[in-house]
Amino acid sequence: MENIKLPTGKKLVLSSSPHLSTGANLRTIMGGVLLALLPAVAASTWFFGFRALLVIVYTVFCCVAAEALWCWAVGKAVWRTVGDLSAALTGVLLALCLPVSVPLYVPPIGAILAIWLGKQVYGGLGNNPFNPALVARVGLLIALPAAMTLWTPSRGMVVSDYPGRTEFFNGADAVTCATPLGVVGTTPKVMGKDQAAANNFHKVEDREFLKRCFWGDRAGCLGETSVFALLLGYVILVALNLINWRVPLFFIGSVAIFTGIVHYFLPGVTPSPLFHILNGGLFLGAVFMATDMVTSPITGAGCVVFAVGCGVMTSVIRIWGNYPEGVSFAILFMNALVPLIDRWCGHRPFGYVPKRRKEESAE
Amino acid sequence: MNKSSRSVMTFSGGIHPVGDGKDLTNKLAVRTAPLLERYFVLLAENSGKPPVPVVKKGDKVSKYQLIAQADGFVSANLHAPTSGVVGGIVEVPGPMGIPSQAVEILADGEDRGDPPFEPIYNWENIDPEILKKRVIEAGLVGMGGASFPTHVKLAPPPGKKIDTLILNGAECEPYLTADHRLMFEKPEKVARGAAIFGRILGVRRPCIGVEINKGDAIEALEKFEDRYGISVVPLQVRYPQGSEKQLISAITKRAVRSGGLPMDAGCVVQNVGTAAALSDAVIKGIPLVERIVTVTGDVVVSPGNWKLKLGTPAIEAVKFAGGVTEEPGKLIFGGPMMGFAQKSFDVPIAKNTSGILLLPTRLAVNYEASGCIRCGRCVQGCPMHLMPCLLSTAIEADRMDLAYQNHVMDCMECGSCAYVCPDHRPLVQNIRRAKAELRKELANKGK
Repeated sequence: MENIKLPTGKKLVLSSSPHLSTGANLRTIMGGVLLALLPAVAASTWFFGFRALLVIVYTVFCCVAAEALWCWAVGKAVWRTVGDLSAALTGVLLALCLPVSVPLYVPPIGAILAIWLGKQVYGGLGNNPFNPALVARVGLLIALPAAMTLWTPSRGMVVSDYPGRTEFFNGADAVTCATPLGVVGTTPKVMGKDQAAANNFHKVEDREFLKRCFWGDRAGCLGETSVFALLLGYVILVALNLINWRVPLFFIGSVAIFTGIVHYFLPGVTPSPLFHILNGGLFLGAVFMATDMVTSPITGAGCVVFAVGCGVMTSVIRIWGNYPEGVSFAILFMNALVPLIDRWCGHRPFGYVPKRRKEESAE
Repeated sequence: MNKSSRSVMTFSGGIHPVGDGKDLTNKLAVRTAPLLERYFVLLAENSGKPPVPVVKKGDKVSKYQLIAQADGFVSANLHAPTSGVVGGIVEVPGPMGIPSQAVEILADGEDRGDPPFEPIYNWENIDPEILKKRVIEAGLVGMGGASFPTHVKLAPPPGKKIDTLILNGAECEPYLTADHRLMFEKPEKVARGAAIFGRILGVRRPCIGVEINKGDAIEALEKFEDRYGISVVPLQVRYPQGSEKQLISAITKRAVRSGGLPMDAGCVVQNVGTAAALSDAVIKGIPLVERIVTVTGDVVVSPGNWKLKLGTPAIEAVKFAGGVTEEPGKLIFGGPMMGFAQKSFDVPIAKNTSGILLLPTRLAVNYEASGCIRCGRCVQGCPMHLMPCLLSTAIEADRMDLAYQNHVMDCMECGSCAYVCPDHRPLVQNIRRAKAELRKELANKGK
C-alpha cells in the first residue's frame, strides 16, 4: 500500500469537454489529398516525360516559397502555416493545370496568384472564397494565353498514328499540337455544323481514340489527361473520407446528361457525351478542384446543387462559349455561390418544427 | 420473438470514437471499496436546489440516515453513506469547478444502520403513489450524468400522456463500463427497477436500450424479459446513443420537438443505475448512498469498476485502483466526451459520477486552432443536425443573433463536433458561451 504512486494534481489541465479527439489534423487531411494526387502525378510523368515531374516539383516549391514569404512579411507563424501542407497541395494542383512545355517564368507568377491573391488576402486557409489553384490557372490563362496553351503531344501520340491525327495537330510540327477539345470547339465555327459533324466528330467518337483518352494518352494539361489516374484518386479520397463523394459524381453526371441532350437534338453542335467526359479538365476539376473543402458547400444537399451547377456551366461554356474548356470558369462561378447554397441547403435541426406548424399544434 | 434476429436500432448523425478504452474495465467485476475514515457528501450535487442539512457538527449518524432534506420540488434527499459522527458542514472543491458545501462524516468503522424504509414486496399490485413517494424518500436522481431528481420526471403535467418508458443502458461514452457491469452482474435488479418505473407511470412493457458492444449484458437482461414484462432493445454502437433525444429517436422513431422534453414525445428516459437504485429502495428499503464508478485511464495502475460511497474523494478512488504510473494531465468526472475536467483530486464523487478518468499529459494539450476549413465533419457528426462550424464562426465574430437563428440553443454539448474537428476548434466551448449569454439575454427580456 505504501509503494503506490499517487497523483499530486499539479499537472491537471482544465478544459471544456470533449477531452478526446480523432488523430486527424490539417496536415493529415492535406497529406491525404496529396496521396490521392500521386496517381495523376505518376501518369503525367509517364505520358509527358521527366519534365512533367520537374514542372510539378518546381511549382510546389514556388507555392511554398510564396506562402512562406507572405507569412514572414505579415508576421504569421511561417512553419505552422507551411506545415499544414496546404500550399504544397495548391502547388501540385496548379502544376497539374499547366502544359508540360510551360515556360519557367509561369509557375512563380501562378504561385503568387494562387497563394497571395487566391488565399492569403482573404485571411489564409479557410477564408478564401475561390479555389486558389483555379484562381491562378484562370489568371494565367487570361494573362498569358500563349504560354498556357503550348500543347505538346503525349507519349503515344508521337509514335502512333490514330484516326484524326492530322486534323488534330499540324503534322509537320512535331512539337506543338491542339487538344481534342480545342479542335472540337473551333471546327463548328470554321466549317459549318453539318460539315463539322461529318468530318470531325465521328473521329473523336472513335473507340480507340476514347480509350486513349481514358488512359491519358492525349494532349492537354499535365494532370487532366489520365482519367484512369484521376479515378484512382477519387477512390482514395472517398476511402479516406476527404471529399464529399457526391460532388464528382453529380458534376460529371450532369455534364454527360446536358451534352447528351444537346448532342441528341443538335448533333452538329457537339460530339457525344463520352467525348466530353473523357476530355478536357473535367475529371481533374470534378475530383480535385470542385471538392476543395474550403470552397464547396458543407451539406450533402448543397454539394449536389453545387456539382450540378458546375456541370451545367461547364457544358454551356464548352458548347457555346468562346473558350474551348469551361471547367475552371464553372467551378469558380459556383464557388461564388457557395454562401448562398449553404444558406438554402442548411440542415433543419433534429425535432425542429416550422413556426406555422408550431402555432397549429399549440392550439 | 426470435431474439437473435432483432433489428439493431440507432439514430442519424453521431460519431464512432475509435479506441473507446472500454476494454480496460469491461471484463472486471465490480468491487466494493474498503471503508474510509471520512466522507464529504456533497449537498449541491443534484440539478435544482441543494437540499438543506438536518444534521450538525458532532451529531451521531447511522448508515442510511437522512442528513439533508430536499428543498422544494426540484431537489433530492441526501442520506449518510456510513455510520459515524458529523464532522461539520464544510467547504470542499466541487465537481463543477467551484467550492461546494458538503457534510463531512467521520466514519466509526462499523458501517451500520437499519434500512429506514419499509420494504414493499407487493409493488406489482400497490398504489403507484406509494412507489412515487419512495422515489422521493430515497433521494433518487438521474445517475447518468445530469443528476436531475427522478421524481420530477415521474410527474408529467396534466394532459401529457406518457406511453413509453425507456431505460438508458447505452453507455455510449468511451471508457465507462459502470452501467455495463451493473446490467451484467445485477440484471434482475435493473429489470425490476424498470418494471417499478413502468408501474409508477402506468406504462406497459418498458424498454431497455443497450448498445451491442455489451452483448453479455443484453443476454443477461433478456433472461428477465418475461418475468418483469420488459423488452431489451439492442442499439448500434454510436455516440451519443445515450442522449435522451437520440435514444428516443432510435427506439421509437419519434422526434422530441426542438426545445421540448422527452415527455412531449410521450417518453420518459431513466438511467439503468437509477432503476437499480429504485429496486433497492423498494425491495430493500434503502436510500441511494453508493454507486458504481469506473476508475480508469491509461495512467491508472489497475483500472476497475468500484462500488463507492457518496462523498469518496477522487484521490481515495485512485488509491483503490493502485495509484498511477505517471502524473496525469487531466482528471475527468464522467466520460471523456461530456465529463468535467477537475482541478483537484480532493473533489468527492456524487450520485451522478459514473467515472473517474485520468488522461496522460500528452492528451491534455490545448490545441491552437488555425481556422475552419469547412470540411463538414462536424455537420455530419452532429446528432442534432446543426452546423457547428458555422455556429462557432458566428460566435467568434460575436454574432450571437446569427447563432440563435441557427438554433444554437438546440445543442446538447455532446462534443461530437469537437471530437471530429481536424483543426481542434473549441466548438463546444464557443457554443456553451453563446448559450449562456443568450439565456441571460432571454431572461432579461422576460422580466
